[in-house]
Amino acid sequence: MSLPFLLEIGTEEIPDWMIQPALGNLEALFTGLVAANRLSAMSVNTDATPRRLILKAEALTERQPDAEELISGPPVSAAFKDGQPTGASLGFARKMGVEVGQLETLQTPRGEYVAYKKKIAGRSTRDILASALPDLILKIQWPKTMYWTGKGGPRFIRPIRWLVALLGSEVVPFEVAGVQAGSVSAGHRQLGAACVPVTIEDYDKRLYENGVVASAEHRRIKIGAEMDGILAGKDLRVREDAALLETLTYITEQPTPILGSFDTEYLRLPSEVLVTVMRHHQKYFSVETGDGQLAPYFIAVMNTAADPDGLVRQGNERVLRARFNDARFFWNVDLQKKLADRVADLAHVTFQAKLGSYLDKTRRVRKLARKIAKLAKTGSAPLERAALLAKCDLTTEMVKELTELQGVMGGLYAREQGEPEEVWRAIYEQYKPQSMEDAIPASLSGRLLSLADKLDTLEGCFKIGLIPTGSKDPFALRRAAQGVVKILVEGKLGLSLAKLTGGNAALAEFLLDRIRYYFKDIRGFAYDEVNAALAAGFDDLTDAESRLVAIQAVRPTENFEPLAASFKRIKNILRQAEFAGGGEIDARILEAGPEAELFQAFDKLRNRVNRFRKKKEYRAALEAIASLRPRVDRFFDKVLVNAPDPEVRRNRLTLLHKLLSESSAIADFSEIVVTQPPADAGGENTEPRP
Amino acid sequence: MDTFQDVLFKLKKYWAERGCILQEPYDLEVGAGTMTPETFLRVLGPKPYRVAYVQPSRRPADGRYGDNPNRLYKHSQLQVILKPSPADVIDLYLASLEAIGIGLRKHDIKFEEDNWESPTLGAWGIGWQVMLDGLEITQFTYFQQCGGIDLDLVPAELTYGLERLTAFLQGKDSVYDIEWAPGFTYGDVRLADELQNSVYNFELADVPTLWKLFELHEKECQRLLAMYPGYPRKKRFPVLPAYEQVLKCSHLFNLLDARGAISVTERVAVIGRVRKLALGVAECWVDQQGEPAEPALEAAPAEVAQ
Repeated sequence: MSLPFLLEIGTEEIPDWMIQPALGNLEALFTGLVAANRLSAMSVNTDATPRRLILKAEALTERQPDAEELISGPPVSAAFKDGQPTGASLGFARKMGVEVGQLETLQTPRGEYVAYKKKIAGRSTRDILASALPDLILKIQWPKTMYWTGKGGPRFIRPIRWLVALLGSEVVPFEVAGVQAGSVSAGHRQLGAACVPVTIEDYDKRLYENGVVASAEHRRIKIGAEMDGILAGKDLRVREDAALLETLTYITEQPTPILGSFDTEYLRLPSEVLVTVMRHHQKYFSVETGDGQLAPYFIAVMNTAADPDGLVRQGNERVLRARFNDARFFWNVDLQKKLADRVADLAHVTFQAKLGSYLDKTRRVRKLARKIAKLAKTGSAPLERAALLAKCDLTTEMVKELTELQGVMGGLYAREQGEPEEVWRAIYEQYKPQSMEDAIPASLSGRLLSLADKLDTLEGCFKIGLIPTGSKDPFALRRAAQGVVKILVEGKLGLSLAKLTGGNAALAEFLLDRIRYYFKDIRGFAYDEVNAALAAGFDDLTDAESRLVAIQAVRPTENFEPLAASFKRIKNILRQAEFAGGGEIDARILEAGPEAELFQAFDKLRNRVNRFRKKKEYRAALEAIASLRPRVDRFFDKVLVNAPDPEVRRNRLTLLHKLLSESSAIADFSEIVVTQPPADAGGENTEPRP
Repeated sequence: MDTFQDVLFKLKKYWAERGCILQEPYDLEVGAGTMTPETFLRVLGPKPYRVAYVQPSRRPADGRYGDNPNRLYKHSQLQVILKPSPADVIDLYLASLEAIGIGLRKHDIKFEEDNWESPTLGAWGIGWQVMLDGLEITQFTYFQQCGGIDLDLVPAELTYGLERLTAFLQGKDSVYDIEWAPGFTYGDVRLADELQNSVYNFELADVPTLWKLFELHEKECQRLLAMYPGYPRKKRFPVLPAYEQVLKCSHLFNLLDARGAISVTERVAVIGRVRKLALGVAECWVDQQGEPAEPALEAAPAEVAQ
């Protein structure tokens, strides 16, 4: 027999961004509870609004299966004497509350024992849930919890105000924080009743009648569809914003979008400012015209069903007007003082206690920018100018108010103040990429300035020991390092990492970690291909990327993996022979047949491979190397490397060494994890069969 | 249309009817209603308490010479403390909006996460900013800690921004245009205050004098706190006057900050100094609350005579 189960944890408004992780946690806890109690459920699903976490299980077994426990008693030898029970077995039976006749014999490695098979009746699921749910609910993990019933009381994300717990038609009785579980939910604060009796069958419907769209998916769809409806036939469209949509989905129980407008005179402000005010401060969607221009409209999403008198629209319009007025005031005030005149003020803005002010940082970044410009073989004057002005927007009113706009504002002010495009664009884009998904700066000057800024932060923090550990990374150094890697690779900047980082070993190690992460997790290359390419060098990341692409392309070809396996074998042979190379191959003492043939093929190929390699035609080079495979196989099949004559032996090792080292400049083949073992896979140092 | 003072009357009446003591504003400069003893000290300890008061709150750095329609040097908060917070506290709060004429079915209300923290007071809480049609009208906080001490009973603190709320009700774009009393605008009453204090805070305040005052008040507070452990009759001990010294320090810090006299690095250290005083006072207060009451007639004439 099985029953459906419903749990609703009714709370005060939970922060939107915490809800989805908590639901995942709740589901895992519940699934764990089911398994730990030998129950089963056909499905377990969760959902939520800001005021309720919902868990539904279908076909949950109604009762735990009965179980048996075998309790072992005294050894048979001590339990019976002459076929009669002794005191030991009588005592054991008494303890178990049974007759001696009900005892059984148990075979163990230590001999025969008397035992009693105790039957344990399965508990009802209702009992199990009633005793386990209070703990389970309080075990849900939150980034920050509170107490509300008094010191020492239970902690949760916000106060729990009601609980619904139904197994079939029956309430699962328990209590958390003084709240009794029952069958009464609550409606939307304005649109519904405070007490809404529910059953499992009518739960969604009853909530809907009381103003609550319980399903997050339905709320998301409602917002999207109604926004489209509002703008239909207007040559306007919503600027997509998935993160904002999620926020609004989890901040409402009854989301309803409305269209508001603002005076076109505000469109004279930079659209970056308008969009940031609307998005970050008011949680409005921006609206654009068919040709992508910002339109003087916004969409606010209410947490109620309708705005019959237009009061909500007017209210939001008034708030936005006040915010835009502030922004316009900041814009005008900020433009009265040139960025160049603000440089000295940076002495009063701390970057980091030990690394000094932003003026200090500006000086360092400027110097680094000059060096990077030289490495990139581009003029350094505009870049140095950009570096000088880059942080000045930290002293503007706009950035003090809208910190999200740092960099962007500096760029816009620089443009207004007549700085050349190379300069203002670099300032504008200096913080890009903000994340792994974000694009790198579009301009070369932006890329180089961003590199200089990030490398300065990294070098500085590493110098004073602020190295990220575990989840602690207050200066977002991982993001900075990731940005450096992304810019170098995607910006096709073949700059030397060693020269950029100035030889800080810990920093180089940290960057290598980010390089692996980038190629593996962001770009999706296989880990062994990444290892193979990086083992052949990573000072120039664009080169490493080209080699990686070549490896990926050649890998599925017939010869590649077997050759990789052979190269691994060569590496082992050389290691065991403690052979470091150095000499030349003496063609005269090569044995005719497989050995001489391998040498000739290799010798013929060397120049071709080198030509390809110089032209960075790595795929062709790898294909050429892979074509050696049959020769290598035959060599190992027929030739004894460990020849009795030391000269012959040295010559053979030299041949293998050259083959390996000259081929490894593109990739270290031995890093490749071979999926198909070669037919004659033997021990690591297998010598040819006789 | 309700005037500014009508809104105050209605809210005070509403909360008085729900068991709140109505207090008058505290008579020292404070940055927020939270800082007055009616909140900072009363939330400590195991005694239930309900109080409501309007608190003019001074934030020198927010002054705008009366030019900005929304930003004020001194704004008025209605501060409500419900200790412990009742289970229906949000319903009570929403009904207070109805009481000043905001029909909830015609408006959009959202509770957006906004946890409150005052490093100066060693206090923090969990809560929301309450948004009405996109306008932040109230800060709602469940206090967790005050003066560095975990609270026995968790109070709900409701802080209404009265100017904003009234501007909303009257449909005004500028707080200076709201009607304070029939025939008088907010600007008539308060504009000179805003202008002159902005001039003082940003231009004329004498930095060395402010520092000197800060140090004097700090010393006086430290002196008192040092006396508490050895003081025989704890109930008579001037914890409240010691706290007033903390408030003086806090306001002077805000003035110095607005004047641009505190660098970013110094800031943390100065906040730490005020915090230390606040924590000391809170500790004395909790201890003093636990002491037996003074006998009623023991006025200690000998000490008065000194």
